[in-house]
Amino acid sequence: MLPLNLAESLGGWAPYAASMLVGIGFGAVLEQSGFGDSRKLAAQFYLKDLTVLKVMFTAIVVAAALMALFSALGLVDMQRVFVPPTFLVPGIVGGLVMGVGFIVGGFCPGTSVVSASTLKLDGILFALGVAVGIGVFGETVHLFEDFWYSSSLGRFVLPELLGLPTGGVVLAVVLMALGMFVAAEVAEAVIGRSEPMRLRTWLPRRGVRLAASGALVALAAATLVIGDPTPEERWERVSAEAGAALTGRDAFVDPREVAELAEDTSVYTRFIDVRSETDYNLFHLYGAVRRPVSELSDPAFLRELGGVPTNTVIFVVSNDETEATEGWKRLVAHGVPNVYIVEGGMNGWLKRFAPPPCLATPIPDWQSREDEELAFVFRLAVGDCCNTARPEPPGKKLPGDCFLAVNPGANAQSATRAAEARPEEFPHKVKLRKKAAVKGGCG
Amino acid sequence: MSQKQPKAARPYINPYLGGALLGIVLFLAYVLTGAGLGASGAIEHVDIAVVDAVAPSHVDRVAYLAEKAGGDRNPLLTPPVFMLAGTVLGGFLSGLFGRRVKVELRKGPRISGGTRVALALLGGAIMGFGARMARGCTSGQALSGGALLSVGSWAFMFAVFAGAYALAWFLRRVWN
Repeated sequence: MLPLNLAESLGGWAPYAASMLVGIGFGAVLEQSGFGDSRKLAAQFYLKDLTVLKVMFTAIVVAAALMALFSALGLVDMQRVFVPPTFLVPGIVGGLVMGVGFIVGGFCPGTSVVSASTLKLDGILFALGVAVGIGVFGETVHLFEDFWYSSSLGRFVLPELLGLPTGGVVLAVVLMALGMFVAAEVAEAVIGRSEPMRLRTWLPRRGVRLAASGALVALAAATLVIGDPTPEERWERVSAEAGAALTGRDAFVDPREVAELAEDTSVYTRFIDVRSETDYNLFHLYGAVRRPVSELSDPAFLRELGGVPTNTVIFVVSNDETEATEGWKRLVAHGVPNVYIVEGGMNGWLKRFAPPPCLATPIPDWQSREDEELAFVFRLAVGDCCNTARPEPPGKKLPGDCFLAVNPGANAQSATRAAEARPEEFPHKVKLRKKAAVKGGCG
Repeated sequence: MSQKQPKAARPYINPYLGGALLGIVLFLAYVLTGAGLGASGAIEHVDIAVVDAVAPSHVDRVAYLAEKAGGDRNPLLTPPVFMLAGTVLGGFLSGLFGRRVKVELRKGPRISGGTRVALALLGGAIMGFGARMARGCTSGQALSGGALLSVGSWAFMFAVFAGAYALAWFLRRVWN
């Protein structure tokens, strides 16, 4: 599945080689299109030569149509492709500043590099200026850091904003671009070459253009027809690889390890409780959020999960394991990393870290209960307000004097007990997998 | 010095063909490297490498710089820098083919060379600052993010065009 993991298949040097090859293509295409010439670029803003607009929007729609189609066909895993995160206001302000720089200097950073490579002095100077501007930014960013990090929306794409399928948005973008190209041809003819405005000049005259436009529209339409994959289809695509964690039970984590990680200051833990509201209110793990399996594919929620620190472990929990496994499949299918299931579910947890009998007691017919039925009777709804929701991990040991220092109220007896506690061994399964730190060339 | 007249530059390719090729390069960038195209990020890494060579302790003290080159971290050993090297090479080869590799200063007919030099430096500095503010340049944000339908990239793209068109009238003597 794409994108390729070159570092894994070919070795550590491969990503650099691939980047270099892509760069060669990038530089060559820009140069061949005339982007090494500042006057040609600047002419865009006097509506005489709209090469910039034509090249840029053709590239955007071609790449967008290909990516959307490959994603719809399940050939590309979009979760592993870097989408520049949205910081709306700094992005717009930076864009306006760049627009000013563009018309003053005649380039953008990439085009100035290409211009410099063909020894144009203004391109070389502009690129030097860019280096200076970037340096000034690095030295001064601490003065407006709050602004620079403001209006963060994370990985946020137009289909989510508009509530439309990806194929629909791509189709709209393609049609918009084709409309802009017609307008660009008119502008070049009328303003650039002072030709009288004639209907004939409005529309593409050559068969090649018509065919290419038609092909783009067809690509986008095909993507729309195929549609965005359903959660089940997403799971189908990753099940070959990810399913092993279920059959090998590597995804199921012992409650004791869960409790350990919840107290571990080097990782963040998140609990996603997929049970009914009633059960959740009766008792849930400390800090757990309730979210039924059907709501796990909600884009806003996935965006939130996408924005958590990389050292975050996510646990899905239900009363037993069936529902939690469904939830786990969904999150894994959406590419959420470091997701695990609490082994034995809430029932297993309550058995391990038994609540006081005055609070809850096991149901008498424990053996014959149905799957996913809460096996404890709570006398009142406690939510996560009891020690059972956040137990002391069994492996946690503090030296006696230290224990007294951090728990001034504790008596000597409990200090000894904590010091002497000999936890039984259990398998540890959580392996923190850092997201591949893929960043764009500008990131 | 060659005695014969240098051949005229070859014409540029059709912009729609150029755009389609650029789109394919961008698509290849996604599927081969998992990220799009870019230049300003790599320029920043070169920038920081220079500062790191001159004043390594300064890099370690400024959080923004330390993230990229603090301690033993080599700011040049990152894919974008290789992409930048490729861009220079690709541009040069294409320029050779098109007979456009030539030391010259491109400017509007009504301004002096000195003015053009100053404006190129100034524009570059403004552009560099803006590119970091926006977390990407025209290629990294507008092109690469735009094709992935990122909301921020589209807002950014319209802002760049708006900024340039808003000022174009005042600078018409520079370019025409």
